[in-house]
Amino acid sequence: MNDVQTLLRQSEAADLLRFTTAGSVDDGKSTLIGRLLSDCKAIYEDHLAAVQRDSKRLNREGLDLALLTDGLKAEREQGITIDVAYRYFSTPRRRFIIADTPGHVQYTRNMATGASTANLAIILIDARNGVLTQSRRHGFIASLLGIPHALIAVNKMDLVDYSAEVFERLRAEYAAFAARLQIRDIAYVPISALHGDNVAAPSPRMPWYRGLTVLAHLETVEITGDRNLIDFRFPVQYVNRPHLDFRGFCGTVASGVVRPGDEVLILPSGRASRVKAILTRDGPLDYAFPPQAVTLCLSDEVDVSRGDLLVHPRNLPHLERAAESLLIWMSDAPLALHRPYLVKHLTSTLRAVFTRLDYRINPDGLHREPAETLGLNEIGRAAVEFFRPLAFDEYARNRATGCFIVIDPLSNATVGAGMIIDRLRGRPGAPTAAAPASRHVSPEVSLVPPAARQRLLRQRPATLWLTGLSGAGKSTLARRLEQALIAAGHAACLLDGDNVRQGLNRDLGFGPAERAENIRRVAEVARLMNDAGLLVITSFISPYREDRRRARDIVGPDRFLEIYLSAPLAVCEQRDVKGLYRKARAGEIPEFTGVSAPYEEPERADLTLPTDALSVEQAVARVLDLLRERGCLNPEPT
Amino acid sequence: MSSPPRQESYRLSTLRLLEAESLHILREVVAEFEPPVMLYSVGKDSSVLLRLAQKAFHPARIPFPLLHVDTGLKFPEMYAFRDRLCAEVGAELVVYRNAEAIREGANPWSWGTIRCCAALKTQALLQALRAGGYDAAFGGARRDEEKSRAKERIYSFRDAHGQWDPKNQRPELWNLYNGRINPGESIRVFPLSNWTELDVWHYIYLENIPVVPMYFAAERDMVARGGQLIPVGPATRLQPGERPEKVWCRFRTLGCYPCTGAVRSRAATVPEIIAEMMVARHSERITRLIDHDQDSSMEQKKKEGYF
Repeated sequence: MNDVQTLLRQSEAADLLRFTTAGSVDDGKSTLIGRLLSDCKAIYEDHLAAVQRDSKRLNREGLDLALLTDGLKAEREQGITIDVAYRYFSTPRRRFIIADTPGHVQYTRNMATGASTANLAIILIDARNGVLTQSRRHGFIASLLGIPHALIAVNKMDLVDYSAEVFERLRAEYAAFAARLQIRDIAYVPISALHGDNVAAPSPRMPWYRGLTVLAHLETVEITGDRNLIDFRFPVQYVNRPHLDFRGFCGTVASGVVRPGDEVLILPSGRASRVKAILTRDGPLDYAFPPQAVTLCLSDEVDVSRGDLLVHPRNLPHLERAAESLLIWMSDAPLALHRPYLVKHLTSTLRAVFTRLDYRINPDGLHREPAETLGLNEIGRAAVEFFRPLAFDEYARNRATGCFIVIDPLSNATVGAGMIIDRLRGRPGAPTAAAPASRHVSPEVSLVPPAARQRLLRQRPATLWLTGLSGAGKSTLARRLEQALIAAGHAACLLDGDNVRQGLNRDLGFGPAERAENIRRVAEVARLMNDAGLLVITSFISPYREDRRRARDIVGPDRFLEIYLSAPLAVCEQRDVKGLYRKARAGEIPEFTGVSAPYEEPERADLTLPTDALSVEQAVARVLDLLRERGCLNPEPT
Repeated sequence: MSSPPRQESYRLSTLRLLEAESLHILREVVAEFEPPVMLYSVGKDSSVLLRLAQKAFHPARIPFPLLHVDTGLKFPEMYAFRDRLCAEVGAELVVYRNAEAIREGANPWSWGTIRCCAALKTQALLQALRAGGYDAAFGGARRDEEKSRAKERIYSFRDAHGQWDPKNQRPELWNLYNGRINPGESIRVFPLSNWTELDVWHYIYLENIPVVPMYFAAERDMVARGGQLIPVGPATRLQPGERPEKVWCRFRTLGCYPCTGAVRSRAATVPEIIAEMMVARHSERITRLIDHDQDSSMEQKKKEGYF
């Protein structure tokens, strides 16, 4: 019986790690799971016998360990993983739940299901094949869903002679990619799942590797700090009122710590009360923390119902009707902008519309692509508008209060999952651009108010965004404008397409996605220069409306002036200053705007200049008029 | 505001984490469905689920009825335990039998296990849910029990015929459960999804939860048949050459007496059972004959509406 007491004590001390694996048959995911389970003695003999029997019946070579987790008939017959399977095992130090998920892009939604609750993601790389698209996508999904830890298992080291060079090369390659992800902690382990090297036991064949084995890493990775114990958030789940003398608010502490006596605010109403007691069937508690499921009693008879959020009055979430979100779409029917959906956030279900789709993220390369909608398994950034005020935090700060699911009100299906990046941008105090890609970055607020720069430079900053076909006269106008502004005593700077593409953006080509990225970077630079007080002139074809709209969002709508140089194609082609149209017509330049790629005219430019009918001097004068009109030049001191 | 914490620990053991997750699920269903029901099968998992329901709604009573789908073929100890426990807990108990099939003489010996299960369990369950108008039903199934259960969501969506579509499950992210259904459709909810058999016994030990005495080893009249140890009851039909013998054994799971085997064991207390489990090399459902009566049998039964 001493064994039992030991076991019970161990179990009391052991914490729980949920991790996810993603992949397909070929990369050795099943072999790794099978190896972990069998090394931890977590496979029953009758289950193993069933796998042996089924391997033979399904005509597999040897023992097919995938049959341990691929539990559905369709999966077993086709030899693929379709949906998440959960497996359980433990060591004396820790309990583990594996969410074994499919790796193919068509099952991204199932991968997201497994990833949403995971503390850690195991991402497999086949040492022979290098870093493939799939391994990048898995890293991206893990990062998107806020998994704080990743373990990159470079598998099949036995097939590359246990080579340290191969491992180091792959590690460097993946690390370069992962620098763009938001995963806090990434470990790399060279393994052979088939032979068990560095899975549960250190490999004698890779003495050059001094790090932990996969299992040792799983057992020791520090996860207590991953919970948010700072911001108290208690979503009211159920009001328990068995009789007139008792009213308790049941719920799960989403984050933070609460104690009897704490002052609380009830959101969205904003009423205040105090925690009288924290109740459980096993007695009252001195404090409660996530994810404990408790019942709170308050000292006042205030109005509280399901869906309300209790918080500490000096630590408030956002309470807004709109937010910026990253959205994973999970339905065959594409996302419909402006159509009401249901959103479930914490314990509230409410109506909401998506008002804007900024871009789609190509999960393989992390590029942003312009998109009209999101299809099944696609991921993008969208603005969501709630039909009533909702209390939330950013997902990066709070994994519980920053997420929501999207439900189709007709089919009742779960069609999307959202992670809140921020409040709706363009509001006072909110950052004007996309959330930073690393959580180590937070905007530093300057001590210098914009008005001080304005007084110093005697100008109000603006970005003059020149758009139009190649040959419409953008570069000429831009250079002359810069000259004229400086001559008049203003601080101005020119950002030109050709110049930027030789330096800052020399890694970008001319496809829609890369054009979008080109424009985004230019807009970011323009914004910084505007912040510094400068007048900025940009000269880019920028043929897509969506890109220009996004640039306007980044720069800020009050500072962005869209100036359309509207010379017709025939005139531009006839001028052909750089001989580009000739080359494009000859097929030497692919995706040339006006010839083999579209130009989308502005719908409402701040100024349209028919440069085929105006002299350069006239065009410059009109732009200066516009700047004066908008109060940018020599403004009244404020 | 309260004073800063001194000796506070913010760590929960695995069991308390699992408990918290289950309480969250129980409350969520009660808040969103009207009225749910809890499938009560009298087994150890049902005992744990019942305790969790008490905890979730304390100090109120359990705000939903318990439903026992009774095949009439359960062990006598199970009926006695059921009635005693429900009275103690103060829970409303609904017992449902497929009277028509019982009248027609449904039994595993002459009907075969597949037909018998379909009539007395699956059909009976669907009839009972329809009769009670229940949109949501809790079950004590765990993912570690069986390979298709390992694939099932915590909220398992069922169509108007109670059928599960394993290839088209609703994505289930974070702890945000989608309980929206159209009339006629329903949700089966599994609050113990992430518990293992060992967790269940630990919890029974920790919480001192009563379970049917058949889980504990005793000397019983048994007959060895097809690798299984089958109890001999008044209606057991012995096959030629079979002779009942006294065997020290216990039941790892409880089902209908003709289809549930025992394991040889001397474990007569909960700690002894836990000690036995630490070295167990076989899964608990090896003693359930119905899991092995056809290929992918649990998945097939679920597709037809089984829990």
